[in-house]
Amino acid sequence: MAEQRNARRLPVVLTLIIAMMLAIAPLPDAAKAFRPDWVLLTLIYWSMALPRNYSVGSAWVTGLILDVAQGTLLGQHALALSAIVFLTVRFHLLLRVFPLSQMTLTVAALIGLYQFILFWVNGVAGISSPAATFWGPVVSGTLLWPLVYWLFGAVNYRRRSA
Amino acid sequence: MVSARSDSQHRSSRTPALGLRWLLLAGLSILLMVVDHREQHLDAVRKAISATVYPLRVLVDAPVSTWNWLQTTTSSRNELLLENSRLSAERLLTHARLQRYAALESENARLRAMLEATPRVTDRVRVAEIMSVSSNPYRHAIVIDKGQQDDVYDGQALVDADGVVGQVIETGLLSSQALLISDPDHAIPVEVNRTGLRTIAFGTGEYDRLELQYLPNNADIEVGDLLVTSGLGGVFPPGYPVAVVESVERVPQEPFARVAARPTAALNQVREIMLIWSAQVSTESPDNDG
Repeated sequence: MAEQRNARRLPVVLTLIIAMMLAIAPLPDAAKAFRPDWVLLTLIYWSMALPRNYSVGSAWVTGLILDVAQGTLLGQHALALSAIVFLTVRFHLLLRVFPLSQMTLTVAALIGLYQFILFWVNGVAGISSPAATFWGPVVSGTLLWPLVYWLFGAVNYRRRSA
Repeated sequence: MVSARSDSQHRSSRTPALGLRWLLLAGLSILLMVVDHREQHLDAVRKAISATVYPLRVLVDAPVSTWNWLQTTTSSRNELLLENSRLSAERLLTHARLQRYAALESENARLRAMLEATPRVTDRVRVAEIMSVSSNPYRHAIVIDKGQQDDVYDGQALVDADGVVGQVIETGLLSSQALLISDPDHAIPVEVNRTGLRTIAFGTGEYDRLELQYLPNNADIEVGDLLVTSGLGGVFPPGYPVAVVESVERVPQEPFARVAARPTAALNQVREIMLIWSAQVSTESPDNDG
């Protein structure tokens, strides 16, 4: 049983680590504003596919690590990630039966809300953040979602049939 | 193995717990943020988590550092000879300059002794490397490969060969984060080298521009003036070059002149920087303002 659980966890932990690395990988200045929220996309997928195993708790812990990795306020990403994952788990049955186009639009709204929470916290804490950087991740994340969905679907399918 | 389908049957009974759990976690994160924003109590928590982040940083940095290493190991003998001769020529030049510096320093010490002023202590420096890791998206920050283990402390000044780069804002065990002087929230006390006029240089969010606010229209400042750290505020040791004045705009209707300066350090190009352990700061009362 324990081995089985480990086998279930491995792909999730691995994809999260890769997402975290992409989140702190250096980018040219021009592309910085369009860096997709890799960790958010990964968490949305896994909490939608396996809501029983990966829910607000895992999102919160991941968010804390992301906060330290990026040097933001401790709890900022934790709050935003757990909020989005809460919504995803709450509506995961609906999301699963959506056609891809509709699902992508929903994910776009989720990314928008995520960015809004991050900006709101910055605003309250008095950390200046240019408003122009709000839309970059929403656009790139929305465009990438079908690819992420397909890629993770392949990983998830292999995991299930293994 | 439980299939994904059976999740739905369990879900209905779990839903209220889910909302409650999220509310608890949200409250906890807000509490964390408030404590983190106001006080420094969470440094230990940050340090603990940053130990798990460090391997990620190393992994992300690995391709770039491997590439650099490959470049040095595969460079031809000719190139090395060329570089060697160039470096020894440079060394000769800097040595010649240093000789004068040594004479000046002893003269300065003598004069200070005559004035019965406290002698200046030379600063201890150490080279650190900037990791190719991007950090806080809302700040001009860099990650360096030295941390608490190497005695790095919060507020420590960083310089490169040409001038001040920034200051450490967060020390991890093995790596730390530093804020560049170009960050919009950063201010550095400076003085004009030519006249001794003291002012403050604010970051603007652009790598090649600092602003001197609150300088009156009739202030004695010209394009080309060198700004050096004044040592006030206790974070930056005095006498390091910061920026060169690039434009001075005097608008009669406005109370202050608009003065812009270009940092002498190549803020977005450096790979190696020097950490300064300032002897003066540690002997005087520690005064930590940004």
